Amino acid sequence: MQVTLKVFRYNPEVDKRFRYETYTIEAEETDRILDLLEYVKGYKDGTLSFRRSCAHGVCGSDAMRINGRNMLACKTLVRDVGDRITVEPLLGLKVAKDLIVDMEPFFDNYKKVLPYFINESPLPENGRERLQSPEQRARFDETTKCILCAACTTSCPSFWASDQYYGPAALVTAHRFIFDSRDEAASERMHIIAETDGLARCHTAYNCTLACPREIPITKAIGELKLATITGKVE
Amino acid sequence: MANVHQFDVVVVGAGGAGLMAGLYASRGAKTAVISKLYPTRSHTGAAQGGISAALGNYEEDKPEWHTYDTVKGSDYLGDQDAIEFMTNEAIDAVLELEHMGLPFDRTPEGKISQRPFGGHTNNVTGKPVRRAAHAADRTGHMILQTLYQQCLKNNVNFFDEYQVLDFLIVNGRAAGVVAVELATGELHTFHAKAVIFATGGHGRIFEVTSNAYAYTGDGAAILLRRGLPLEDMEFFQFHPTGIYKLGILITEGVRGEGGVLINGNGERFMPKYAPTVKDLASRDVVSRAIYTEIREGRGVKGSNYVYLDVRPESVIKYAAMDGRTNPDGTPYTITGEQVLAKLPDIIDFCRVYLGVDPITQMMPIQPTAHYTMGGIPTNKYGEVVIDSKNTVFPGLYAAGECACVSVHGANRLGTNSLLDLVVFGKHAGLKAAEYAKQADFEKLPEDPEADARSQFEALRTASGKENAFDISTEMKKVMFDDVGIYRTEKGMKEALAKVKSLQERYKHVRVTDTGKIFNTELLNAWELGNMLEVAEVVAECALNRKESRGGHSREDYPERDDKEWLKHTLAWKEDGKVRIDYKPVVITKYQPKARVY
Repeated sequence: MQVTLKVFRYNPEVDKRFRYETYTIEAEETDRILDLLEYVKGYKDGTLSFRRSCAHGVCGSDAMRINGRNMLACKTLVRDVGDRITVEPLLGLKVAKDLIVDMEPFFDNYKKVLPYFINESPLPENGRERLQSPEQRARFDETTKCILCAACTTSCPSFWASDQYYGPAALVTAHRFIFDSRDEAASERMHIIAETDGLARCHTAYNCTLACPREIPITKAIGELKLATITGKVE
Repeated sequence: MANVHQFDVVVVGAGGAGLMAGLYASRGAKTAVISKLYPTRSHTGAAQGGISAALGNYEEDKPEWHTYDTVKGSDYLGDQDAIEFMTNEAIDAVLELEHMGLPFDRTPEGKISQRPFGGHTNNVTGKPVRRAAHAADRTGHMILQTLYQQCLKNNVNFFDEYQVLDFLIVNGRAAGVVAVELATGELHTFHAKAVIFATGGHGRIFEVTSNAYAYTGDGAAILLRRGLPLEDMEFFQFHPTGIYKLGILITEGVRGEGGVLINGNGERFMPKYAPTVKDLASRDVVSRAIYTEIREGRGVKGSNYVYLDVRPESVIKYAAMDGRTNPDGTPYTITGEQVLAKLPDIIDFCRVYLGVDPITQMMPIQPTAHYTMGGIPTNKYGEVVIDSKNTVFPGLYAAGECACVSVHGANRLGTNSLLDLVVFGKHAGLKAAEYAKQADFEKLPEDPEADARSQFEALRTASGKENAFDISTEMKKVMFDDVGIYRTEKGMKEALAKVKSLQERYKHVRVTDTGKIFNTELLNAWELGNMLEVAEVVAECALNRKESRGGHSREDYPERDDKEWLKHTLAWKEDGKVRIDYKPVVITKYQPKARVY
């Protein structure tokens, strides 16, 4: 089948402002949007720039807007979006070139929530693993799936308004640790996310949940964090 | 020389091995980790099924069994001292990951859960043993995230999206690396006492692969250009179960949970090839079995794929036939919900890419290029060794998939790669920091960036009459077809001639993007150069080894030949040609014998 691929282009070394290029290409309905971009780069215009690595939805490099929605180009097939396809960079982060955005504010926000396991208590005396029941492990299973692709955060109207807002991805990370029975820094993290630029800026637009390529119920997780900070209880 | 940085230790690559190395090196030395990707994009994150250690959380297991299984899996080409070192460290390595917060799945008693994996057995009964510690089917993802998080906690210095282009040698010792900052196109020199390569494999030289775009053999190619050898490059693992056509990995954990392989006639065929462990034989054995089925006309619909069946009714039926039981002795069963809980990503991949639901339908699969057993030769401390006498190159280290210790020999067992990168990443980091403490910085060359600059310059000024994508496509096809699962002298000679002609054509590739900011065209073209270098060495070494062993299966030499070929290959690139030498395999306890599963 023939598809029309309209791609956002911007090279700050040449262009005063962004533009769109449209490419007509032969494709299979099972082709990934990433395959189409690779084809354009290989045979139509080598200057087209985008990030990609694993090509099957686990590394998080190629989050972008496809027909207006945040998706991974490697996990979206032509049959999912039809034969008229528009590809644009994520919103809310500065465009560095074409489909590549500046990820630094995103990772800066991630780093604010103490995104690492904290437990300073002595290890079990036998040197073995800390015990955790399957139920305790299941409590935070969903939020361990995050690949930091930024699809959620850059779909959030609150983040568009201010990149000081930690954003859904950072809150998902906070959830992953706060609800881990082995971690000891829940209250410290809850204090951090209760700041003005934290939980308070989530207005449950649900965009994040719809955008997540890992199907993490993000709005629900943020809701659990809100409840925990209000009641002071992590349950 | 506007951008010169100085660190005691520089780590190149930020996957599991690089992060582990960075974490340990930074405790004793000023350390930087440089990666062409953001660390969390590294290919360790794609590993699915588990990391092996004889924790014995469900049933009896011991490191000695793990050692023997790995030796046997390697088809006796692995160095037994290094294998024993790794399996003895395995338990502590997995426990350390748990202590760092890694969310392993749990047993009912709250211990780390484990599942069976190919080639891992109870050495007394010969039956599969539960040795793979797992976090659903995203164990690699959890290792990558956990290690990155611990690096952040410990303030490790990162240079994200910097592509290392060259390794600097002064007075026969490591002096640093040269890298390009992708966001600006600026070259940077990292002046260092010690350099650790943790750059991953080169599976992208093959057409059907589970590997990331990033897997272009950069580290191996950089050192090859600097006159260092590579070891056992003929050994590449083809994983039995990739998604048909796409090559995306379907973890062996599917078979660990009871999934079976089915041919086009609807028959389970693995018992013919591996009567004891059947579908859980090691990967080379299973990949060849699939190919044999296909070649003898038993592919699905006469095509080149077979099915992987994890539908609960099939799992229960075959588990009963095999006499498989739960740890408490009751018959093994599974429900659709349990399959979904244990293998969520696999179910998702099949639904997205195939429109197939593995709970109710069988998955079409074919073998996929998966893992680089060969690589930069090292000893068990991660020190790079450069000849048949294992002479150490001062200040240079390698760990993870880019390295060849060799613990995997001719065929890697599933779950041993994650173990490898944690164990040897750690030791490379420790050794590098120790070395940096007593070593001085070598003086940098007058113009350290000269070679890197000229490599880029060539890609900017060539005639432009060749297209990089055509060259890449042709290389991948010929390597997969003729230097793949089954190999013959005729096919490999043709492949080698083809790769050499592609190298010539590559000289005419000109990058059209003249800019500096995120010039990914330039980067990709440079990576293609690395792949062509590495592909040539792979083909040359495969042609040279006249026997079949592990992942290297020659139709013209179908038997293993311990008399002639129980030795490692070393390959150098000199004056445009590959030169080959050998070094002995370390054998301690286990004398080679026939390998039956």
